[in-house]
Amino acid sequence: MRRLIRRPAYVAPHDPAPSKLGYRWQRLLLTPGFRATMRIGVPLALIAIIAGTYFSKPENRAAVVAQIESVKQQFQDRPQFMVKAMTITGADQATMTAVIGLLPSDYPVSSFDLDLEQTRRTIEALDPIKSASVRVGAAGTLEVRLVPRVPSALWRDGAVLRLIDDEGVVSGVVAARSERLDLPLIAGDGAEQHIAEALALFAAAGPLGPRVRGLVRMGERRWDIVLDRGQRIFLPSEGAVAALDRVVALNAAQDMLDRDVTVVDMRNADRPTLRMNDEAVAAMRRTNETVATHGAGN
Amino acid sequence: MGDLYDNQRAMRQMRKAAMQRGVVAILDVGTSKIACLVLRFDGPERFRNVDGVGSMAGQSQFRVIGAATTRSRGVRFGEIDAMQETERAVRTVVQAAQKMAKVRVDHVIASLSGGHPRSYGLAGALDVSGGAVTEQDISQVMANCEVPDYGADREVLHAQPVNFALDQRSGLADPRGQIGHRLTTDMHMLTVDTATLQNLFYCIKRCDLELAGLASSAYVSGMSSLVEDEQELGAACIDLGGGSTGISVFMKKHMIYADSVRMGGDHITSDISMGLQIPTATAERIKTFYGGVVATGMDDREMIETGGETGDWEHDRRTVSRAELIGIMRPRVEEILEEVRARLDAAGFEHLAGQQIVLTGGGSQIPGLDGLASKILGQQVRLGRPLRVQGLPQAAIGPAFSSAVGLSLFASNPQDEWWDFEIPADRYPARSLKRAVKWFKDNW
Repeated sequence: MRRLIRRPAYVAPHDPAPSKLGYRWQRLLLTPGFRATMRIGVPLALIAIIAGTYFSKPENRAAVVAQIESVKQQFQDRPQFMVKAMTITGADQATMTAVIGLLPSDYPVSSFDLDLEQTRRTIEALDPIKSASVRVGAAGTLEVRLVPRVPSALWRDGAVLRLIDDEGVVSGVVAARSERLDLPLIAGDGAEQHIAEALALFAAAGPLGPRVRGLVRMGERRWDIVLDRGQRIFLPSEGAVAALDRVVALNAAQDMLDRDVTVVDMRNADRPTLRMNDEAVAAMRRTNETVATHGAGN
Repeated sequence: MGDLYDNQRAMRQMRKAAMQRGVVAILDVGTSKIACLVLRFDGPERFRNVDGVGSMAGQSQFRVIGAATTRSRGVRFGEIDAMQETERAVRTVVQAAQKMAKVRVDHVIASLSGGHPRSYGLAGALDVSGGAVTEQDISQVMANCEVPDYGADREVLHAQPVNFALDQRSGLADPRGQIGHRLTTDMHMLTVDTATLQNLFYCIKRCDLELAGLASSAYVSGMSSLVEDEQELGAACIDLGGGSTGISVFMKKHMIYADSVRMGGDHITSDISMGLQIPTATAERIKTFYGGVVATGMDDREMIETGGETGDWEHDRRTVSRAELIGIMRPRVEEILEEVRARLDAAGFEHLAGQQIVLTGGGSQIPGLDGLASKILGQQVRLGRPLRVQGLPQAAIGPAFSSAVGLSLFASNPQDEWWDFEIPADRYPARSLKRAVKWFKDNW
């Protein structure tokens, strides 16, 4: 009888067996090394290939660099990072002018563009400045705080008078001695290298202080103290301060330097020597002769 | 024989390599189904996270991470009949198991239920002349066993030493280090048809897998379904499979006899199919749903629709009573059991201390089988289920999987076989340097 009820034609049950190729493929996929390669190696290789292709063209590289630069610039130019003004403290007008010349001139400037350390080193390289601190302070100001060098002596270097501090560093020039009468004067070759000794001698001069005109370095070896009235004290190269103390003591005891003495030679400690004026020598000789004749007449 | 020795050694090496890699597949090629388990070996007691009694029988060192079964194709009587079909079935089941395990397996340990297994008991003796027995002596005494002529077309599947005796003392498990004069051993050897073995080997090879071990399915079902004292005292395991029924007799934890009856569940199905004139698939369904071996009055009234698609109303509406079905099944089951009885009698099973008989395999699920079996085989019959192993899915814990489970036990801790011992010196090739070294070692 012809089938009246429509039913799907008989199909053989599906054979679940995988094809040989499919079976091998699945085994390959289950291999641990292959799995790792597919999961990590292949994506990495793809990324590397894409990146390599892109960056192999110079214009692409340039575009990327430009993009990075612009983003960096945008970030650095944010108002939070801008320096709008500067303040300089702790120095006189001339020094400040010199310092301003070393700092950036047009504001605002991004603080990323300022090399504070370099600026500080440049400022400290200036003669009149001992140390400086440079920082970007609150409200975007560049704060420069200067510590100027304090001159402790005047150094007559040929025709010019220079200001010199404890460390022997020249910090300026003065036109005339009268500008800085408060500072002692030193002179002579190599005087600037022994400034500490010179200052010690000035300190030791004590009561002679008002009379001291200056110190002269002789033969780059020892000091002469020049007093007013053309008097000189020759000091030895070793133990100069002690020698000066002896001179001061002699002066205090016998008013030695008020007399008509030209030179007090302390170079040989065993044999201090005085040199007198020619007139004084003559006067003394006369006196001696008079004493001698009177003595002989008696 | 040396060739086999090398073959089996190579398989042992491969098994070791597989254990090193940690993943091994179990393939039970049966007549009605092919089962594949993927085992992961992680060392002992890795998966225990609670205190208490350890996992059973020390087999917690592996875990089943993939399991699959498929309908077997191209296998008859446990032997590969159509290579292509079987290969496809093996591919199916291996792929499914791999997919579940999410790992690739390369090594397979397979079991074999057909191939006319034949058991031989071998005896060997060695004069150790008052010295301590060394490992070398053991391999020598096994080499001294007189091997019967088992035929050119047969291959040794198992050769296990089951007993050692030193002078008068018998039943030694390990005679090494003991002092005596005459060392004798009893060995059990199981041979199967070479062709069957080669077919299985070839089939697995075609699936890109490597064979890392072979075992008789009767032996491995006994390992999984006999409990320890049964194995110790003596018991027989009857594995009622689809195409063949495996028999293995255990004593002192060693298999001492194995055989197979080339009848199984498929024959019952084909009897039903022929007797009731219904397709095999329907017969199989009716057998599994309504089958039994003991008819009661109730069964006369329980009618089963056989169904059909012929379009003939009379034909498609046929019914059979359950009693009729049982009437068809029972003689065939009886026939199988009688045959098993005959094999056990031939093996001298009645002389064993324990007379326990354990029925396992898919066929043992027929209701009432234990009653029938106790009439034929003896009083001590029970139905056996395989040991529980870690990670085995619920669907695979039934008696039909006893040989698969047994095979995983076989994989994790195999018993010593002949080829696990050192080769005796005189079996090395004549001009081998190894042989010279060995001679020196043995004589000084």
